[in-house]
Amino acid sequence: MATPLVVSEVFKSFTMHLRDGLRLPVVADVNFSVASGECVVLGGPSGIGKSSILKMLYGNYAVDSGQILVAHHERIIDIASAVPRTVLEVRRDTLGYVSQFLRTVPRVPALDVVAEPLVARGTSAEEARARAADVLARLNLPKDLWQLPPATFSGGEQQRVNIARGFITDHSVLLLDEPTASLDAANRKVVVEMIRAKKDAGVALLGIFHDEEVREAVASRILDVSQFSPRKAAA
Amino acid sequence: MTDLPLLKVRDVSKFYGSRIGCTNVSFDLWPGEVLAIVGESGSGKTTLLNCLSTRLMPSTGSVEYHMRDQSYRELYHMSEAERRFLMRTDWGFVHQNPADGLRMTVSAGANVGERLMAVGDRHYGRIRATASDWLERVEISTDRIDDQPRAFSGGMRQRLQIARNLVTGPRLVFMDEPTGGLDVSVQARLLDLVRGLVNDLGLSAIVVTHDLAVARLLSHRMMVMKDGLVIEQGLTDRVLDDPREPYTQLLVSSILQV
Repeated sequence: MATPLVVSEVFKSFTMHLRDGLRLPVVADVNFSVASGECVVLGGPSGIGKSSILKMLYGNYAVDSGQILVAHHERIIDIASAVPRTVLEVRRDTLGYVSQFLRTVPRVPALDVVAEPLVARGTSAEEARARAADVLARLNLPKDLWQLPPATFSGGEQQRVNIARGFITDHSVLLLDEPTASLDAANRKVVVEMIRAKKDAGVALLGIFHDEEVREAVASRILDVSQFSPRKAAA
Repeated sequence: MTDLPLLKVRDVSKFYGSRIGCTNVSFDLWPGEVLAIVGESGSGKTTLLNCLSTRLMPSTGSVEYHMRDQSYRELYHMSEAERRFLMRTDWGFVHQNPADGLRMTVSAGANVGERLMAVGDRHYGRIRATASDWLERVEISTDRIDDQPRAFSGGMRQRLQIARNLVTGPRLVFMDEPTGGLDVSVQARLLDLVRGLVNDLGLSAIVVTHDLAVARLLSHRMMVMKDGLVIEQGLTDRVLDDPREPYTQLLVSSILQV
């Protein structure tokens, strides 16, 4: 359980069939692991494959080969080869993800969007809403927005809903794709504190942070993604 | 999560003469899972749905259902009466056109109550109370309980059809383009409603749609069909974010951005 996330020999490319089968290599031979209580930050220039790595780990992208091992309820699950319902079970209980953008569902109020991951794990709706309210208050989301669907919120407000939703559970592995990108300084600070609390609680975090200040504040170490560049491997 | 599939589908094919409806479809559907079948018109998705839901006899293959008594029964080895009973009680079927799934000339309350009577409920007051409760859940004002669906809008009819199907607490619901033909604001409301009900009731569902946004919102898993074949399947997020097959890439790249 000390190393809840291990990525081993992962290769990924896209084949664009609509462009005459053009093959775009993304990453090659990705190897790393994240220990409990550690926040590993993916570094390197844009387009090097940082977000793609997070999407592979969460199961949104398939991999060409390799393993993505997640410790899930005393078992080791390979996300790269798991069937959909196993991936969903791992997401529900173990593997969290805060994406850059919130995918909003029409008509569902912000409070319920945040409470949903708890409800999915069997928490009563009432308790889940109470905890959602705590997190949203902590992130300074104005209370009169809680009952509104986030579709019409500003970028920063949506992002805070997204962060609240990702941080509300006690998932043991958390993937963060630029969670502070559209936040002001005060709220960035709140998120930094929340990330530190997760580290203290033994959560393994893997994230992308372009904001240097935030990166400095949370990173246990920086993992340079350019070492996995397929162009380099080919050379 | 129980560890037995609700539906086991093996090598189901349907031929119309020499033409292919669908071929060699195999999959397991698990309790609580929502599967979307996508593809353009004529790809065989409705044929497949009908083969799975006993509405159309497949040419080959088997479909086994996990009954409430824990046994597996091959659907096409059941008697017609058993199949009908299953359809009326443990299953739901939501048609694209509500008129196909409703009785248009009896009241909304009776449309919902009829399914209850099919499972043996005879107490008028209780049936009416349950019907009224379900109308509320699908956001139809209860003062419309005595109106016929003929007098309802398309969106209301569709919601009534959903209430009629869910009132008996089915474990498996088939939906054929449930939002087809509705305008977008009505669609959003219906999707949200269906999503909530599926989550609350822990239903399994198989949803045929050509709308990838509907599939994204409702389904856990997705199958893409073309010319009667399942060409790609997997986690809905994966199929939509990283489509592998040429045809799936074409479908995904054809979505209009708003």
